[in-house]
Amino acid sequence: MSGPPVLGALVEFRQLDLFAAQSSGVHRLDARAKVVVVLAFVVCVMSFGRYAVASLLPYFAFPVLVAIWAQLPFAMLARKVAMVVPIAVLIGLPNPFFDREMVLHVAGLGISGGWISLVSIVLRALLAAAAAIVLVAVTGFPAVCGALERLGMPKALAVQLLFLYRYLTVLGEEALRMTTARELRGGGRKLSIRLYGVLVGRLLMRTWDRAERIYLAMCARGFVGDFNSGPVSRFGWRDLAFVGGCCGAFLLFRVRDVVQVVGNAALGGGR
Amino acid sequence: MSHHLVEASNLTHVYDDGTVALNEVSFRITHGESVAIIGVNGAGKSTLLLHLNGYLHPTRGDIRIGETPLTKETLPAIRRTVGLVFQDPDDQLFMPTVYDDVAFGPRNQGLPETEVERRVQDALERVGVWAVRSKPPYRLSGGEKKRVAIAGVLAMAPDILVMDEPTSGLDPHARRQLIRLLGEFSHTRIFTSHDLDMVLELCPRTIVLMQGAVMADGPTREIFGDAALLERCMLERPLSMQSCPICAARQRQVASTRPRAWREVLPLQARRR
Amino acid sequence: MHMADALLSPAVGGMMWGATAVTVAYCARRLQADPDERRVPLMGVLGAFLFAAQMINFSIPGTGSSGHLGGGLLLAILLGPHAAFLVVASVLMVQALFFADGGLLALGCNIFNLGFFPAFIGYPLYRRLCGPAPGPGRAAGAAIVAAIVSLQLGAFGVVLETVGSGISALPFGTFVLFMLPIHFAIGIVEGLVTAAVVSFVRATRPEVLPSATSVGSSIRSVAVTFLALAMALGGVGAWYASKDPDGLEWSVARVTGSSEQNSPDTAVHAALGRIQQQIALLPDYNFRKPAEEGGQARGDGAADNETRLGTSVAGIVGGLITLVVAVVIGTLLARRARRSGMRN
Repeated sequence: MSGPPVLGALVEFRQLDLFAAQSSGVHRLDARAKVVVVLAFVVCVMSFGRYAVASLLPYFAFPVLVAIWAQLPFAMLARKVAMVVPIAVLIGLPNPFFDREMVLHVAGLGISGGWISLVSIVLRALLAAAAAIVLVAVTGFPAVCGALERLGMPKALAVQLLFLYRYLTVLGEEALRMTTARELRGGGRKLSIRLYGVLVGRLLMRTWDRAERIYLAMCARGFVGDFNSGPVSRFGWRDLAFVGGCCGAFLLFRVRDVVQVVGNAALGGGR
Repeated sequence: MSHHLVEASNLTHVYDDGTVALNEVSFRITHGESVAIIGVNGAGKSTLLLHLNGYLHPTRGDIRIGETPLTKETLPAIRRTVGLVFQDPDDQLFMPTVYDDVAFGPRNQGLPETEVERRVQDALERVGVWAVRSKPPYRLSGGEKKRVAIAGVLAMAPDILVMDEPTSGLDPHARRQLIRLLGEFSHTRIFTSHDLDMVLELCPRTIVLMQGAVMADGPTREIFGDAALLERCMLERPLSMQSCPICAARQRQVASTRPRAWREVLPLQARRR
Repeated sequence: MHMADALLSPAVGGMMWGATAVTVAYCARRLQADPDERRVPLMGVLGAFLFAAQMINFSIPGTGSSGHLGGGLLLAILLGPHAAFLVVASVLMVQALFFADGGLLALGCNIFNLGFFPAFIGYPLYRRLCGPAPGPGRAAGAAIVAAIVSLQLGAFGVVLETVGSGISALPFGTFVLFMLPIHFAIGIVEGLVTAAVVSFVRATRPEVLPSATSVGSSIRSVAVTFLALAMALGGVGAWYASKDPDGLEWSVARVTGSSEQNSPDTAVHAALGRIQQQIALLPDYNFRKPAEEGGQARGDGAADNETRLGTSVAGIVGGLITLVVAVVIGTLLARRARRSGMRN
């Protein structure tokens, strides 16, 4: 994305947050159900051995199906998820170097375990990114925080997360204005550490003052140190069915080689 | 009714660094009045507002809301009675959604959730932003944010509405909507503002502050008619009370040049007319 | 450096989630006892501030590259360690959820690596080195040392988590050799940047910085200092002592051009292997299965599949159990805190 990183981050943030405001069957499920399912998803995927490639493929069904059910723009989400590929390749790159056991021979060409595990790493990264993005897109950040709190996260952290979420764009826009102003007078020079200290220091001071004003506003409306949350949602049979169905599917893919059963060509890892 | 009274008696506030922000300020605002507090930046307007809900304590002097003096015990009751709306709505809307933010006050008052729901709905509908109740504040326009901030205060059912620069930063349409809304309230209203035209429209009474002291306290039209007072306090008349700006500029231009022959000046004026 | 889901196993991830959950609960409880209500909005906006500040890049002198602020140490200086830990945790959670940065399973690792070390080891070290009224030079020096220590520990944490998970084939020795020097340099930069911001704040609004006396007993801070230094040295020492023989062999093979698995110093190799077995934290994990078996090509598919599957099912069960335990511990601690520290 062109432009300063702050701008890109703000755009991504707003986009994902906007999806969460839509309404669909998935959106209406209890947030706790979605959080639990996504965590189970991630745990299952990451529990595979390092050479698993084909066995990971069925797991793509989950984010795809949820995205379709939630009427999310599939292409845009796929693009977002695909952005992790370069980094995944980078962190997986040592594998072909250090793991040179030939494990597969295809048309006379030997493929080492290292390459297979590299592909596995990329697939894992894609699935992990898909899980995170789908969770926020169908649940919304405040609901995720509420769900985590009811699953045991301390209230102090929940309050902190909600404040952060609220003021992310405000601070981001302030930072954007300050960096743009500096760039316009910067003469093309990059930001030095000393100047960064001043810029960030000023942003820090403004943030500190803002915190004071927010505290003023909180006191003006009766804040005495505690945050009372609103009505809590109830876990229904639909939510239970969702959790049961998804977790069941994840475990099924984990313990039974579904790909083999279905008869697709295995990509590697030994069958 | 006496409990809507706002009374300051020789209110003085000196900050820690020695700045005298308020100097022997005295006034009395009765139920239902709509009063504007105007003055240049640094005159002490914001400091005065912060006294009205007990956030600041007077160094000397006294302030009473209703018959209640401001003490630590009476603070929660005072903050229920006096609804303070700050200048920057981003400071005031600190909850993740509009609904939660407006519900913040009533929930802090310990009301049951059904009552909270009723109040929030009433307040949001009153200011006309019920439709955005599930949105996070960062997705609202400036005018919407201001109205949500007002709703957040209205939901606490205050008797006195205090607003710091209500129209600042608003585009003309949002400003007009807000002025209309504020005109509909029957609370005791106290505004600080640089928007002197709004003051002229909404507030029959004006208090002028300068360097922490009250320079004038009376009917708005009289104060804006007193040119000497305005000049002393570094203020101007509202634009709507000044002559048409185009004509005024022309007059200034004519007056500043040396007198010319009639035939040079008159055709110019005739042509323009 | 962020830990990624793709390189993490549920067992290691679950373990770090447990450690993070316990620390979060502890910090939340400590903060609950703090009567200063201003802290609540302050932590929130400072989190947003940190997020924004991390998006602004500065150029590192000498190299052509750009860097950005980590911020854990800076937050600890401004807020104290407990609040700083929670703020860092919140920023990382937002990054993981909205930007797929790091991953949900790896969140436990990242919060610990990037939050615990700067707040509870780097910051006390900073305070200790600063003394009561430090001049700008001394404060900068203290910030640099503290940042280096925090980042070294964090980097070492990433190495342990990666190697312990067994997904990456990168051997322990090579990884350490790669990570620690780089993060030493990053630590210097982080220290300089932190010091720059702190000195700006001290010059314009010194009352923002907390007083020097708010850290705890001097005995504890001395112990923490020594612990920190010991861990940093231990990281380097462990690398020397437990150099992965397989990695070494591989390098030797490359250099000499031979594929001979048995090095001439069989005794040393065996000794190193024994040492590695003893001090490796997770000895029952197969970092490199094939090498010990004499470099044979993969055996018949079914048996291997069986073994891998067996290991991994154990892994998932272990991971889930650890997660459940962590959640239970966190819930119990949180409930106890709610019951004991109630305001309303």
